[in-house]
Amino acid sequence: MSAIEDIASQAPAVEAVPKRAMTLSSGTSLVVVLLLLIVPLFVKNFIIFQMTMLLIYGLAVLALNILTGGSGQFSLGNSAFYAVGAYTSAILMEQYNVNYALTLPVAGVICFGFGFLFGQPALRLSGVYLALATFALATAMPQILKLGFFEPWTGGVQGLVVTKPDAPFGLPMSQDTWLYYFTLAITIAIYMFSVNLLRSRSGRAFMAIRDNEIAASAMGIDVATYKTLAFGVSAGITGVAGGLGAIAVQFVAPDSYTIVLAISLFLGMVVGGVGWLPGSFIGSAFIIFVPNIAEGISKGLSGAVFGVLLFLIIFLVPHGARQVAMVAQQVLGKVRKS
Amino acid sequence: MELFTNQVLAGIATGAIYACMALAVVMIYQAIDHLNFAQGEMAMFSTFISWQLMQWGLPYWVAFVVTLAFSFAGGIAIERVLFKPLAKAPILTQVAGFIALYSIINSFAGLTWDFTIKQYPTPFGSSPFLGSQLISTHQAGMIGITVLLLVGLYFFFQYTRVGLAMRAAAAVPESARLVGINTSWMIALGWGMAAAIGSIAGMLIAPVVFLEPNMMGGVLIYGFAAAVLGGLTSPFGAVLGGFLVGVFENLAGTYIPHVGNEMKLPIALALIISVLVIKPAGLFGRNIVKRV
Repeated sequence: MSAIEDIASQAPAVEAVPKRAMTLSSGTSLVVVLLLLIVPLFVKNFIIFQMTMLLIYGLAVLALNILTGGSGQFSLGNSAFYAVGAYTSAILMEQYNVNYALTLPVAGVICFGFGFLFGQPALRLSGVYLALATFALATAMPQILKLGFFEPWTGGVQGLVVTKPDAPFGLPMSQDTWLYYFTLAITIAIYMFSVNLLRSRSGRAFMAIRDNEIAASAMGIDVATYKTLAFGVSAGITGVAGGLGAIAVQFVAPDSYTIVLAISLFLGMVVGGVGWLPGSFIGSAFIIFVPNIAEGISKGLSGAVFGVLLFLIIFLVPHGARQVAMVAQQVLGKVRKS
Repeated sequence: MELFTNQVLAGIATGAIYACMALAVVMIYQAIDHLNFAQGEMAMFSTFISWQLMQWGLPYWVAFVVTLAFSFAGGIAIERVLFKPLAKAPILTQVAGFIALYSIINSFAGLTWDFTIKQYPTPFGSSPFLGSQLISTHQAGMIGITVLLLVGLYFFFQYTRVGLAMRAAAAVPESARLVGINTSWMIALGWGMAAAIGSIAGMLIAPVVFLEPNMMGGVLIYGFAAAVLGGLTSPFGAVLGGFLVGVFENLAGTYIPHVGNEMKLPIALALIISVLVIKPAGLFGRNIVKRV
């Protein structure tokens, strides 16, 4: 059986999303950015920290969204790339005294490499097989990080403590506020990169592969290259998010990057709407705040709440927040007319 | 040489568990063409049920049979309530469903029974088997039950009407429907049987890995590796794959330096990826050629 015959018979893994429907209108985007800039001036440090985490997980979900919503491959193993990014930043900062800002591009590049390499065997896998391979990757990652062989760098089971950077140039800002604006700048840059990527020639190639692989290859798209490229880009962005996450949380340990994290990212993507980039941040808010609320009700409940909500979403609003946003838009339009 | 024989035999014993798990995975894969990521959690939950029954004073084998019946019914219920409505949904949605189920069962088991590690009894005892030092009676019992299960399944699929109908429904659903087979219920039956087989695996491995909500994580990955190695479409292949993976795991742990217990999951990962790259259909899988 050739890979092509196998793939051709399958329905697309993800439903098509029109290119223009992938982003917010420029007016809305501007309002959101302004809000993100102003709000931290008026809230407590803990809330600023949570907003930082929201952006960081948002980036990780965005990365998954590029892979799944863009090229139609999906991964249950992005937590592994997140872990590699986090460890890269932590090791460079703590063992080699590299500036925190410089560790992020390194984390991105290393994860891009890992993603690209992982994408090679993943090329021959589609649908469930890919989910399986990435699921195994996510399950194995904490064990790999605990290996005695890497212990001089990773600190083994104990993990590494990361120092939080101070605001540069003597700016009158708390560490949390500075880290928030730093993260916001990176988030906006990566978000714009992603939007442009998906609108570019490569992005159109991803989407062609997502919708029909055979048709795409018949049009002369190099399916193999673009699929591995999508994996690499996704892993690279996840790595940057992981690095930021390590700096924000000030700690990395193998057990922070289990299958639970992979499930959270996947859930965030489904909640936000697959293929709708702004939805990544809505999904990220969901995966940060819902467990807190659930834990408040009963400890250990968050998994069950996650699962039940996920079922409700795939039954009631299969397109996640994108669907809600579109319905809201239509209702608003009607209200204005009447 | 004695070390080698020892490790091979111990590998065959754990391999029996992987074989059960792989068999459960293949049962559902045959029915709906998807991997059930919640398979391990379903098995774990069944094992807890049997533990609870024994805590209430039921003897082992009564608890065993009641748990099998419970798992069978539970598997069918899950299919009817949650996955039948999703049958036509894109793959992504179905994977999301499996992940949700995984998360719910894991969390629910933790809430009900706590995350502390519990002892689980073995009906076979742990003395050396027939006076030999090579395997314990429990390991021998694991192998024995797996073989019994296999023979039973073989007769079920080869010589009963329901077994034949299930095979037909898995192979060509459209034609099966035309000759009057209720394919939808065959799928539910597949789920029920998979859940029951999984619960056997759970109850057999529990005395070895101890009982706790996360006990099946590693076992499931090995079950997947075994199923992929044997070919996802072949129950026989899945079982052989299970034994091969068990032996391979033990030998790698003994003879390759740096590979101790901690490397077990990465080995499974490497195994899955290399099989998928070298021979995606597995050792005994059918090559399915479909029309473009």
